[in-house]
Amino acid sequence: MVNHIVSCEQVWREISNYVDGDVDQGLRSSMDEHFRTCKKCASVLAGTRNVVALYGDERMLEAPAGFGRRLEKRLTKKAQGSRWASWTAWLVPVAAMALVAGTLMLTSSSRNPMKSQHAEQGKDIPPDMVVVVSSGAKLFHVPGCEFIHDKASERTLTAKEAMQEGYVPCPRCLRQYLKTGSTRETGGQVAEESGVDGEEEAPVQVLSTAGQ
Amino acid sequence: MVLNTTVDNLAQTSSREHDLISRVQDGQRELFYELVRPYERRVYAAALAILRNEQDAEDAAQEAMLKALMNIRQFRAEARFSTWLIQITVNEALMRRRRERTVPMEGLDGHRSGGEEESEYAPRDFADWREIPSEALERKEVRQRLAQALGTLDRKYREVFMLRDMEHLNIQETAEALGISVASVKTRLLRARLMLRDLLAAGWEQGWFSRLPFEKGTKPW
Repeated sequence: MVNHIVSCEQVWREISNYVDGDVDQGLRSSMDEHFRTCKKCASVLAGTRNVVALYGDERMLEAPAGFGRRLEKRLTKKAQGSRWASWTAWLVPVAAMALVAGTLMLTSSSRNPMKSQHAEQGKDIPPDMVVVVSSGAKLFHVPGCEFIHDKASERTLTAKEAMQEGYVPCPRCLRQYLKTGSTRETGGQVAEESGVDGEEEAPVQVLSTAGQ
Repeated sequence: MVLNTTVDNLAQTSSREHDLISRVQDGQRELFYELVRPYERRVYAAALAILRNEQDAEDAAQEAMLKALMNIRQFRAEARFSTWLIQITVNEALMRRRRERTVPMEGLDGHRSGGEEESEYAPRDFADWREIPSEALERKEVRQRLAQALGTLDRKYREVFMLRDMEHLNIQETAEALGISVASVKTRLLRARLMLRDLLAAGWEQGWFSRLPFEKGTKPW
């Protein structure tokens, strides 16, 4: 293989990718050859590797004293709270189902809400769920969804923010939240999730169930 | 032999983690802290890198872990659990920064950064310095020196560097967490590494890594 000659400036431009193993074989060979003969660039390479090794060490990540203990306390409190909420949450659905059933009897089918189908379906998505949007697209996705267009322009935000910005849920990766009626597979799962946050989220699931 | 042992340990950790995740997803929420404990320092550091205030970082980190607990069923096994936690934390910290605007706005490119992101950064120090042994990190003053050096970088470089080189997210994950393009991540990472290299080279000459007394100071990031 014939190595192409690369300049110092080209080496500096690619040195980060080189350290990450993110250059093609031809360029890597050329850079290897350059490092053998150029003392300056060999110094830049050694220094860059020092930076990556030192800052990448676990010891560089420090938390204040007691951080873990306080975090454990808060998580434990939340977990216990959710258990209590799940025991009492059944009262709320029963009351809400009765209320909604009564309302449905008084309301004709011609008076459906004016919300779009997606907006109505999106209400079951946990508002704090981390989702991804990309520029030029109208859908929001679960991170890693294979149907995200233009991955280069992705940004993350919460589902609530995404809907406020006018995005609608991806019908593929978020389909579990878009199913309605008795065919909904994960209804119980979502109900349990809602219970974690206590009383605020439980009625969302109640209305969804009652609307069947 | 050592390599095999390490691989075995990693496999055991991974298997144990998957087991814990399943149990928490099935309702044993009291086990969640056990699940996140190995990553708690990473979670805190990610929040601190963005908010630059210890109390705000702790609040954001705690809130992020509560959200992770609430959304644990949405975690998919094909993703790395640690990455999922970091992404939630970064999102929480960025939201707080946007909402509260408590972090002073920084210039897009301070004098230490040496020009625009798009222009090329030329290394300045070509001293023939050797590899710094990782044992140097045993000393708190060395860690503080390194943290101070990182704190002098502008926000956009510091955040990319933090997520990529300290939190060990890959390029794509870093781009997703910060809502910027892969190309921007690469450009900013290159510049951050080269700037830190120059600072380390200068520090080497000033004796950062030798046993010198170190004045008390606070972490700048």
